[in-house]
Amino acid sequence: MGTSPVTAIINGKTITAQPGMTIMQAAQANGIKIPSLCFHPALASSGACRVCLVEVEKNPKLLPACTTPLTEGMVISTHSSKAVAARKFVVEMILIRHPLDCFSCESNGRCDLQDLAYELGIEKSPFQEKGSVCTDYALDDTNPFYIRDMNKCVLCGRCVRACDWQSGYHAIDFQFRGIKTTINPPVGRKLEESDCVFCGQCVQACPVGALTEKKAVGQGRPWQSRTVRTTCAYCGVGCQLDLHVKGDKIVRVTGTEDGMPNKGRLCVKGRFGYDFIYSDDRITRPLIRVRKGEHKSPDDEFREASWDEALDLVSSRFREVIEKHGPDAVGGVSCARSINEDSYSMQKLFRMVFKSNNIDHCARV
Amino acid sequence: MTNTVGEFAKAKLLFCIGTNMTEAHPVAATYLKNGVNTGTKLIVVDPRRQELADYADIFAQLRVGSDIAFLNGIMNVLIREDLYDKRFVEEHCENFDALAAKVAEYPPERAAEISGVPEQTIIDIARMLGTIKPAMVIYTLGITEHNTGKRNVMSLANLQMLLGNMGVEGGGVNPMRGQNNVQGACDMGAMPNMYCGYQKVDNPELNGKFAKFWGVDSLPDKPGLKIAEIVNGLPSGKVKAFWIFGENLVATEPDIKHVSHCLNSAEFLVVQDIFQNETTPFADVILPSAAWCEDEGTFTNTERRVSRVRKIKEAPGEAKPNWWIFKETAKRFGHDWPSDSGQELWDNEISVLCPAFAGIKFARMDAIGGIQWPCPSEDHPGTPILHKDGKFSRGKGNFQAIDWIPDAEQPDEEYPLVLSTGRRLVHYHSRTQTGRAIGFNERMPEECADISVEDAQALGIADGETIRVKSRRGEVAIKANVSKRMPKGMVWMSFHFRDTNANHLLSGDVKTFDPDTLTPSYKACAVKIEKIEKQVV
Repeated sequence: MGTSPVTAIINGKTITAQPGMTIMQAAQANGIKIPSLCFHPALASSGACRVCLVEVEKNPKLLPACTTPLTEGMVISTHSSKAVAARKFVVEMILIRHPLDCFSCESNGRCDLQDLAYELGIEKSPFQEKGSVCTDYALDDTNPFYIRDMNKCVLCGRCVRACDWQSGYHAIDFQFRGIKTTINPPVGRKLEESDCVFCGQCVQACPVGALTEKKAVGQGRPWQSRTVRTTCAYCGVGCQLDLHVKGDKIVRVTGTEDGMPNKGRLCVKGRFGYDFIYSDDRITRPLIRVRKGEHKSPDDEFREASWDEALDLVSSRFREVIEKHGPDAVGGVSCARSINEDSYSMQKLFRMVFKSNNIDHCARV
Repeated sequence: MTNTVGEFAKAKLLFCIGTNMTEAHPVAATYLKNGVNTGTKLIVVDPRRQELADYADIFAQLRVGSDIAFLNGIMNVLIREDLYDKRFVEEHCENFDALAAKVAEYPPERAAEISGVPEQTIIDIARMLGTIKPAMVIYTLGITEHNTGKRNVMSLANLQMLLGNMGVEGGGVNPMRGQNNVQGACDMGAMPNMYCGYQKVDNPELNGKFAKFWGVDSLPDKPGLKIAEIVNGLPSGKVKAFWIFGENLVATEPDIKHVSHCLNSAEFLVVQDIFQNETTPFADVILPSAAWCEDEGTFTNTERRVSRVRKIKEAPGEAKPNWWIFKETAKRFGHDWPSDSGQELWDNEISVLCPAFAGIKFARMDAIGGIQWPCPSEDHPGTPILHKDGKFSRGKGNFQAIDWIPDAEQPDEEYPLVLSTGRRLVHYHSRTQTGRAIGFNERMPEECADISVEDAQALGIADGETIRVKSRRGEVAIKANVSKRMPKGMVWMSFHFRDTNANHLLSGDVKTFDPDTLTPSYKACAVKIEKIEKQVV
């Protein structure tokens, strides 16, 4: 393989690409979209779906863009009549066994198959004989985090590759042959008994509605929600998350594909552990202890107070202790979960206002 | 971390010690697995045969608390067999002779005797480290949560300097930080001896700089008390007023009975949090905080990467941003703080006060994502790898001659087993968050004590049977998980559930803590396990 850039023509436009790139990668790098179902930039290409077939001059056959290396001087047409016809045929074949229940499907509006059918003008598969080939797999929804509907699976294998490469578990794989092919945990085992760690990377990789987040069901359509990028609230890796938010509710969470350091990857807590913020248990008003006796007792109660009353009390008690016993008689512990700006402010309060360096957090724990 | 998480996937060799990465830092572990699948060699050192061991080229199952002897043994072989990086040591390090003399006292046979790792394995690890370069050293709390925590860390620094593995891609000393913003809380100066940006309070110049910036005549210049000293200062009255922000100390500090007693002795206790927890009942005042998603700000990850945290909703009821609570308190002491948002605090105060963060601004992060400090100016790209070209912050790297000493609490006749504690995949710390997120309690409804097949057989304990785990502090009744991954003589538990919290058992006596850092010995507590005899009805 050479090191100098490769020059080729795609749809009449001259492009250059890094050597070793596939037609798909080169097209993407040059802002040209080639339709696909099984291709995912973070995963090795498998050439499974054949949706990305393109016409390359001097090649008698159409070539899959995702697995064909770009070579010098290639003249490629992504949407020639031959390529489009083939693509349409492929999608019609896939639709033989895909239910057209888009109304109720969680992935409506973010489904690559739906987009493809729309672009190619397909209403339904012409090959579909009534009820004969549509599959009838039971819904796998016994785990608390995501739903597997194998009737909607297009066998692109992105979930298998995501589990294998992005999660490192290989909890699922292809099973059986032909029309009976499906993707499952090892034969005879439920997902909960497999190596699955419920990181949901497969869900993020799924281009259709075969894998969907359980908590997202009925919570909102993609066009009703906005995407807000943030940083995960759990461990120190600092994964970047895309929160899909409708109103003030998180509908679902995905890993930011180009976010560092996780590049789209998440764990079970990062992807599914967000809804504690909506808990009814949240403390919503300042509370002041009402002592039943002279000393603190577990029987004491707390009463609600205004911020003014609570902070006046805190300030007067801290002032009293500092005046009577000196600034070293106060101490504070900051939060290793909250934002930097909060910890900065707390140490500023202790040092600048209380004149004490007795401020710490759990760093050495 | 001196280096980055992404390097795990392309490093030549990874040396993982005391890190249960697949559970505690799952996404980081995915890169490690990518590396292993594409040719990275992996050495795993841990008392438990945990998941990482499944992927290891060499797995060393060392005894709890024997790390220094084990590492000295490796360095003994590296020096004896001339496998260390002489040029790096000569050009970039000092005090080599003291190190060489010390590790000469730890030939592999002695290191093997102390650590329980076979002599040949120690030699094999040394040879792998000596011939495959660079290697990344990765560790977590298995290294630090001992009375020798600081010495353990220094031993790892010795090893990497000896190998010349500092300042290069695929090298370095890499602690995986536990909480989302524990790096940030350090960076921000929530420490008794430093202001934000690691600027020492007892440095007159820096002390003066902060006083001037904050507009006060003077600032205290004597380093303050650490958590354990503050908590232990409550019963004696040394500390009278205590403010706890976002830490569930009763559940997460060792010896729950002791911590409860200390907090109960506080003359005045403020707890600022998002939920009622084990700690709030001790409070005099409870202040409701805004949570994640309810304020704009930043977190700093284990790679020193400062990333944006964004707001999507208002805090419930009257809960308020935490910086607002501190600002309002300052106001009651006559100080009117200028900043009124996370962005103003970062852009106008933090990044101005701290040279290491000077080039990191909200607008920049919003445009390009997280930036790794040090980042001295706005045209600086940030620093993925520290100590480039062997340049250490103090000049030359200083080898430390370190002796192994045993953990403070040793197993004895009465308490013959060692308990180590930590985090499991499905929950997080005292479960205030995962316990309230749908699905997590269903996936893991209760805690268990992991014990070895040998110990279970000796006591006639079946898998899933409820047993008693006892220490000098207390006891818990808990289900046994009889596991082939556990070595004989060891028990492992988490601190996720109130009744079975391992902190009922651990020692809160500072004499068992690391004397310099006051880190408790969360990884080494003497316990016994007992069968609970069924009562005959």
